[in-house]
Amino acid sequence: MRAVFYMLAAFGVIGLAIWAYDQNQKTQTALSDVRDLRAEIRSLNEALDVQQAEWAYLNRPQRLRALAVLNFERLGLGPMEGRQFGQIEDVPYPQILASTPEDTL
Amino acid sequence: MTRTPLRPLARVLDARSQGVNPSGIERENLRLRREQVRDAGRRRAEWRILFLAVAFFAGYAAIGAKMGMLAASPVAEPEAYAGESISGERADVLDRNGRLLATNLVTHSLYAETRYLVDGVRAAHELGRIFPDLDVDRLAARLTDPDRRFAWIRARVSPEQAQAAHDIGEPGLLLGPRDMRLYPNGTLAAHVLGGTTYGEQGVTAAEIEGIAGIELAGDDRLSDPDLADVSLSLSLDLSIQAVVEEVLAGGIQVYNANGGSAILMDAYTGEIVSMASAPTFDPNDRPAPALSGDPADSPLFNRTVQGLYELGSVMKVFAVAQALEMGLVTPDTMVDTRGPMRFGRHRISDMHRMPAQMTVTDVLVESSNVGTARLAQMIGAEQQRAFLQSFGFLDPMPIELPESRNVRPQYDPRWSEITSMTVSYGHGLSMTPLHLAAGYATIVNGGTRVQPTLLRRTNPALGERVISERTSRQMRAMMRRVVTDGTASMFGEAEGYAIGGKTGTADKPNPQGGYYEDRVVATFAGAFPMTDPRYVFVVTMDEPTVFAAGQNRRTAGWTVVPVVREMVERVAPMLGLRPQGAAEIDAMLRLR
Repeated sequence: MRAVFYMLAAFGVIGLAIWAYDQNQKTQTALSDVRDLRAEIRSLNEALDVQQAEWAYLNRPQRLRALAVLNFERLGLGPMEGRQFGQIEDVPYPQILASTPEDTL
Repeated sequence: MTRTPLRPLARVLDARSQGVNPSGIERENLRLRREQVRDAGRRRAEWRILFLAVAFFAGYAAIGAKMGMLAASPVAEPEAYAGESISGERADVLDRNGRLLATNLVTHSLYAETRYLVDGVRAAHELGRIFPDLDVDRLAARLTDPDRRFAWIRARVSPEQAQAAHDIGEPGLLLGPRDMRLYPNGTLAAHVLGGTTYGEQGVTAAEIEGIAGIELAGDDRLSDPDLADVSLSLSLDLSIQAVVEEVLAGGIQVYNANGGSAILMDAYTGEIVSMASAPTFDPNDRPAPALSGDPADSPLFNRTVQGLYELGSVMKVFAVAQALEMGLVTPDTMVDTRGPMRFGRHRISDMHRMPAQMTVTDVLVESSNVGTARLAQMIGAEQQRAFLQSFGFLDPMPIELPESRNVRPQYDPRWSEITSMTVSYGHGLSMTPLHLAAGYATIVNGGTRVQPTLLRRTNPALGERVISERTSRQMRAMMRRVVTDGTASMFGEAEGYAIGGKTGTADKPNPQGGYYEDRVVATFAGAFPMTDPRYVFVVTMDEPTVFAAGQNRRTAGWTVVPVVREMVERVAPMLGLRPQGAAEIDAMLRLR
């Protein structure tokens, strides 16, 4: 009886040790994954910053203005003017259908 | 413990006399002695076992408690930069529509760790080829110095330079990450943004510190690591700012001015949509402050908040508004405008001949110094001072720019009657264009005080009431007349947008005393559209001249007014303002 108990205890200890080791490894892997992901997020963020800065640099008003002047013949872009605003009367209403509602029903 | 002899003589003799073997006594005694020793040993062993059990229990209990605490505590994120106290992180600055005004870029710094260097002299020569302005001999001396372990080579290198330095193949040359502040729009809004410099430098990072403008004013907020991902939104509109700067620069060129400034502000919220000062600079490559000469000539000088000017006739608006507000006059009251007017040893005269009597409206429209001085006399010096104080004209105008903090308006503290008369037409009180913009906003927006700001506001901040709604309405009609019939009528009328305002041409004070004859500061301040003013503008030009209609012209009507018209015609559609027909404008203004 006593021998069985000792055997069971020994196997229990061994089993727990294996489980603990496994958990330890999993934790370390997860931590290292987190570190890698964090580094990747950082580098992607940096890349995004660069892209945004470049986008802002390429779209700076002075450059766009110069490009609009340069390509005026092709694009015909000029400064926005007040007379480009339309009046509500200028918007054509959809043609009122000649048919009566009964016909469509 | 008393030690009993193994063979006590008395008992041995007794045993012999009785015929018993005396060695039995010795055995008996030995047995007893062994038992004693064994009992003592057992007691000690029992104590040891108990002690060990307690020690093990305490140890396991401590480990268990620690594990329990770890399991119960919240998960802590490991720091990205463990052990790095310097941070180069800094939040972005955006305009009101989310377009980028300032951001951080990661570049590289180049340094040397001499203990890893293989050949310092060769490294110095190779570096000299990459950086032509590098002193090769000095660098070689530094790299081969046995007492030195570390040397900075460049705080900031471009990607190409970093690659070239890497290609030298010298293990002692190392590249560290380095944040850099970038202003992608170059000179645009340079005076508002200010600039940055490096503070504390480490190998892996360098602190970026604001040195001027919003970068300095918001330094704590921008460099707060918790808020590094939260951008700072300004009230500026990048597209509008670009147009305003372009038109201002064009005007300065056409009218040969030394410089100029422009403010465009929301008349209700006080948000500054555009703030420009010329000449300007590139915040990416901020020039060093001038050590000699007038700081006002430096491109770093922000004329809108640092420049104190006697603004001239634009101030007449406030005298007229106060006279109306106090009920002393109505817009149609006749005022004596015979000049020149003498007061003590002072002489007040007008630029051109005026009729002997004019209505209050015409005093403003034709810009009569004499008429305005008479109004000031009616108002009284104390009252006038209190009125201007209520606009904030006698104190520094608070705004999110550190440059403005100590710019205190200048005036004669005694505020005598002659001071009040000259102040009424804009001499004797020096203040900034920003003060004027805030004052004009109050005049046209219905009479409530406005606090200018460079930060985006979500709801209008209505200040205390300074003048009545009625006075504001009358002032709007008069300021509109300035453009239709008065000093700004020549070039002031923008197509579809009813501009209203007041011109001012002030002789510049001579540092040697008195005023220059031929140097002026020309200002046009006002609002548009006058039917329902949404935006206030103040544009100034320093010493403009133009040869027109047979003579040199310096007055605002010939110089600043056309610039403002161009500005409004360009900017108003971008601000989403619909143009109005002449009939519509007339009808709306007549209704009031």
